[in-house]
Amino acid sequence: MKISYRWLKGWVDTDLDAEQIAEKFTLAGLEVDTVEPVAPPLDGVVVGEILSAEPHPDADRLRVCRVRGDSEERIIVCGAPNARVGLKAPLATLGTVLPGGLKIKPAKLRGVRSEGMLCSEPELGLGEDSAGLMELPNDVETGDPLDKALGLDDKVLEIDLTPNRADCLSARGLARELAALIDAEVGGPEIEPVAAVNDDLLPIDLQSPEDCPCYIGRIIRGVDVNAPTPLWMVERLRRSGIRSLGPIVDVTNYVLLELGQPLHAFDLAKIQGGIRVRRAAKGERMRLLDGREIGLDADMLLIADHNRPLALGGIMGGEDSGVTDSTTDILLESAWFNPASIIGRGRRLGLATESAHRFERGVDPALQRRAAERATALILEIAGGRPGPLNEALNTDLLPRNRAVRLRLARLNRVLGSQLSGDEVEQILQRLDMTVETSDAGWKVTANSARRDIEIEEDLIEEVARVYGYDRLPTRKPGGRLSICLPGEGELPEQRLRRQLAARGFQEIMTWSFVGEDELARLELLDGAQPLANPLSRDMAILRTSLLPGLLNAAGANLRRQHHEFRLFELGTCFASTGQGFSESRQVGLLMTGHARAEHFSGKPRQLDFFDLKGELEHLLDFNRVTGKVSYRPIARPWLHPGQAAEVRLDDQRLGWLGQLHPSLVSQLDWPQSAFVGEFDANRLGSRAVPAFTELSRFPAVRRDLSLVLAEDVAVADVVDEVQRRGGELVRRVIVFDLYRGPGVEKNCKSLSIGLIIREVSRTLKDAEVEALIENVIAGLQSRFDAKLRG
Amino acid sequence: MAIADAEGLLAEALSLVSQAADDRTLDNVRVRFLGKKGELTGLLKQLGALPADQRREAGQAVNRCKQALEKAIAEREQALTRIALERRLKTEQIDVTLPGRGHEPGGPHPVNRALDRILDIFNQLGFAVATGPEVEDDYYNFEALNFPEHHPARAMHDTFYLPDGRLLRTHTSPVQIRVMKNQQPPVRIVAPGRVFRSDSDQTHTPQFHQVEGLLVDRDVTFADLKGLLADFVNAFFEDELEVRLRPSYFPFTEPSAEVDVRWRNADGTPGRWLEVLGCGMVHPNVLKNCDIDPETYTGYAFGLGVERFAMLRYRVNDLRLFFENDLNFLRQFR
Repeated sequence: MKISYRWLKGWVDTDLDAEQIAEKFTLAGLEVDTVEPVAPPLDGVVVGEILSAEPHPDADRLRVCRVRGDSEERIIVCGAPNARVGLKAPLATLGTVLPGGLKIKPAKLRGVRSEGMLCSEPELGLGEDSAGLMELPNDVETGDPLDKALGLDDKVLEIDLTPNRADCLSARGLARELAALIDAEVGGPEIEPVAAVNDDLLPIDLQSPEDCPCYIGRIIRGVDVNAPTPLWMVERLRRSGIRSLGPIVDVTNYVLLELGQPLHAFDLAKIQGGIRVRRAAKGERMRLLDGREIGLDADMLLIADHNRPLALGGIMGGEDSGVTDSTTDILLESAWFNPASIIGRGRRLGLATESAHRFERGVDPALQRRAAERATALILEIAGGRPGPLNEALNTDLLPRNRAVRLRLARLNRVLGSQLSGDEVEQILQRLDMTVETSDAGWKVTANSARRDIEIEEDLIEEVARVYGYDRLPTRKPGGRLSICLPGEGELPEQRLRRQLAARGFQEIMTWSFVGEDELARLELLDGAQPLANPLSRDMAILRTSLLPGLLNAAGANLRRQHHEFRLFELGTCFASTGQGFSESRQVGLLMTGHARAEHFSGKPRQLDFFDLKGELEHLLDFNRVTGKVSYRPIARPWLHPGQAAEVRLDDQRLGWLGQLHPSLVSQLDWPQSAFVGEFDANRLGSRAVPAFTELSRFPAVRRDLSLVLAEDVAVADVVDEVQRRGGELVRRVIVFDLYRGPGVEKNCKSLSIGLIIREVSRTLKDAEVEALIENVIAGLQSRFDAKLRG
Repeated sequence: MAIADAEGLLAEALSLVSQAADDRTLDNVRVRFLGKKGELTGLLKQLGALPADQRREAGQAVNRCKQALEKAIAEREQALTRIALERRLKTEQIDVTLPGRGHEPGGPHPVNRALDRILDIFNQLGFAVATGPEVEDDYYNFEALNFPEHHPARAMHDTFYLPDGRLLRTHTSPVQIRVMKNQQPPVRIVAPGRVFRSDSDQTHTPQFHQVEGLLVDRDVTFADLKGLLADFVNAFFEDELEVRLRPSYFPFTEPSAEVDVRWRNADGTPGRWLEVLGCGMVHPNVLKNCDIDPETYTGYAFGLGVERFAMLRYRVNDLRLFFENDLNFLRQFR
């Protein structure tokens, strides 16, 4: 809502300047976004009057105008199409600097000397209309400085109103609010009923009274739709961001801004039979004022005549029934529409009108007659005409009425932590134009009809608090009943997991929760993907099922930015529809690319490989004492190298996957290098064991090394398992310390060297015991894997 | 004669000791003079042949020479060790100014860096962390939070919907409802998380992060809310910034307020007011929706945008940078 400071001052007598009023409003919950002068400084710009306009001898588009300005007449060459005799337009005299920085100097235009410049709105910073010269009303004094003539010594307050304060969407509403805040009187124009000069009535039929319980129509015949709108009205409209469009529409817009009641004017000649306020029939169509033809839904409210829709009730008029240049008789509409019948419909059609904005939020249900009278008086004053009587179709029972709301002083002070007195509270309520009745332990309070937001005790408490001033209410240091809020020792909070990864060299990223269908399809990750019904764009249309696309995007972007050594991680939610429904899971995704270490003078750095990434996972699991048996098995994933891809299981449940990116994907992505990626269930990484002490051994451990020749397809993990199984508890650790293929080892075989760390807690092992254990292990390896001892 | 012999041998031996350049040479000297068949040892064996009156004096002289030699050898041995060590240390000398070995450190995302700090502060004030799903339904996101079905306040939340009518939460406030439905007061939580609005321009991203706070108990007042938020802001920014509450409107709180912080200019003088938080006393309808009696209990709630705090704290001037994941940007916050 934009309003001029001077307009507001016309309603409330105050010495406060625009900035001070803005501060009052802001601190009372009406946030003032900007306070701006209505015009830039315009020294040297005066009201000019075109006395003659002759074609330029050498240029078709230009005219040579004789213009009267401040003192003398001068010749001005002008290219505007509306430069015509008798027009008053802003004249920038010689020496003037226009807001855009242009300095006006004498100039020769195609051989004719021009001394000054006639201006359009944008050249003066006064508007957007660049079609021609800014046309000034005839009643301004030629030669007057423009800022004086237009009353430009004013500011505009732009107020960002919260949806509960529909009552402030007008000069009247803001004036009432200001008066309450500074404890002043509210003025405003006198509004008297306009006497009818004939009996012309148009029948009004409220066919959907819940949607529209009040509809006032008034016929005004013989209006001059070409009469000029007076300057003061044009300027007030302009300062509220509304363009002048002719006297009838200007008056309806003006009353909307002044009182908060949206009005509409129909061309009476276009209405057949009478007015019917009804719901649209499914499939019905109409053409709106903005020229668009729309299909109507059954929940849309229409103002129709006996044949067809005339207007989309409370939202926008129809093109076929509006006021035109040839209109002589009008029907003025002033109605109250139920917010529930308006809300959402405009949005559905992509319409955001001033009218819908107000009806959606709730218009004062006691305002319709006054607004109709006010608009009639203004129309008669500006465009003449012969008014008929107000024809009011009314269903009083269906109009909302404010109830008395209980307010207890003790409750108020208990919620606010304050010690306000009864007198203070009562006085504030009265300033807010509320009816206050004393009752047990407090009051019964009824808000005026413009306030649609006072329904319960808390609404009143808030009113008292904000008028009293939030700043003046007491403040209390944190305290109260505390409870301990420490995560369990066995839990791994995400914060800690993130810090651990950062300490291992992984940089955290945050990618979009939505991805494109193409992207998921390329990775074959579309299974169970959940699309949005209303995505922002094609490439953000589907909820991510994996962190992989985001990691690849971020890595790709950074490779293009010439980073070649990095590790990324993201911890976030992934979404999937499953057979049973829909699930969300917290996942952690890792990506490593480049070398195992940074480039160093001491030697050539090693390229990363699978085991670097696997090592990071193992580190996480070990460092966090994740409980359970971890196992890895080869898998096939479209995005992974088929020979370097593993699924990780924890106690036989899926923990995640890891591997090298598939070389085809790398070249598809046009990356200069490969990367290792993995994704794991973050919640399962977070189940940790609280340490429990086991007895220390004071006896020495024994190490025995075995070198085995195995078939190529034997998995080392299975070998280690077998060693553990055969060796039992005495085998504390198995170290894999060499893996060899080549001369000396048969084809399709590998040589594996492992070290067994053997220890008994309570005594020193005898050689014979160790030998027996090793024999047993070897026997197991021979029978299960056909392993041969080497060397 | 024996004395002169002994001294002669000693002189020869000492000269050899001083010339010995390694342990083995030195050991040879020891064996030659002091070994079982050593030359000095041999003199001792010849003492018996001397007349009795000379024997004692000669014996003492030989022993003196032996001891002198042993001492010289020991000293030489130490000297050789020292020299060897010095030589080794010399060869092992490096240029300590050369760079160390390692890899690029990682770091937290700046939004999470700010979030961690926010949560740490509220944890210390006794607020436990609660979480909820990112896909919500209309009930938790709007209805239970007192957004009437047809209300302009809903339009202020540009909501992403799924085809079946569920939605991506537009704020972390639904966690309030989930917690209060499971727990009678006292309730004292903060709920961090990702939220979504279908809005994208220079100052809006379709996803961002919020922290919701909720305290419900007997005797919780607006004064407590004011005190908590002032302390929080001062702790987060490590500065005694001016804080003001300004009336506002949220369907789920009443009275409601926006919280502004008076930022400082570069020279330390008070500057612009910046909006950083929304808050208010929990609306009685919200408490009733969770079966909590608003006559017995009152509460406050607040919500803050983590990106906003991160931008102010780390002086980031463009919101969109947070989701571009440019390492040159991210590495500034580790």
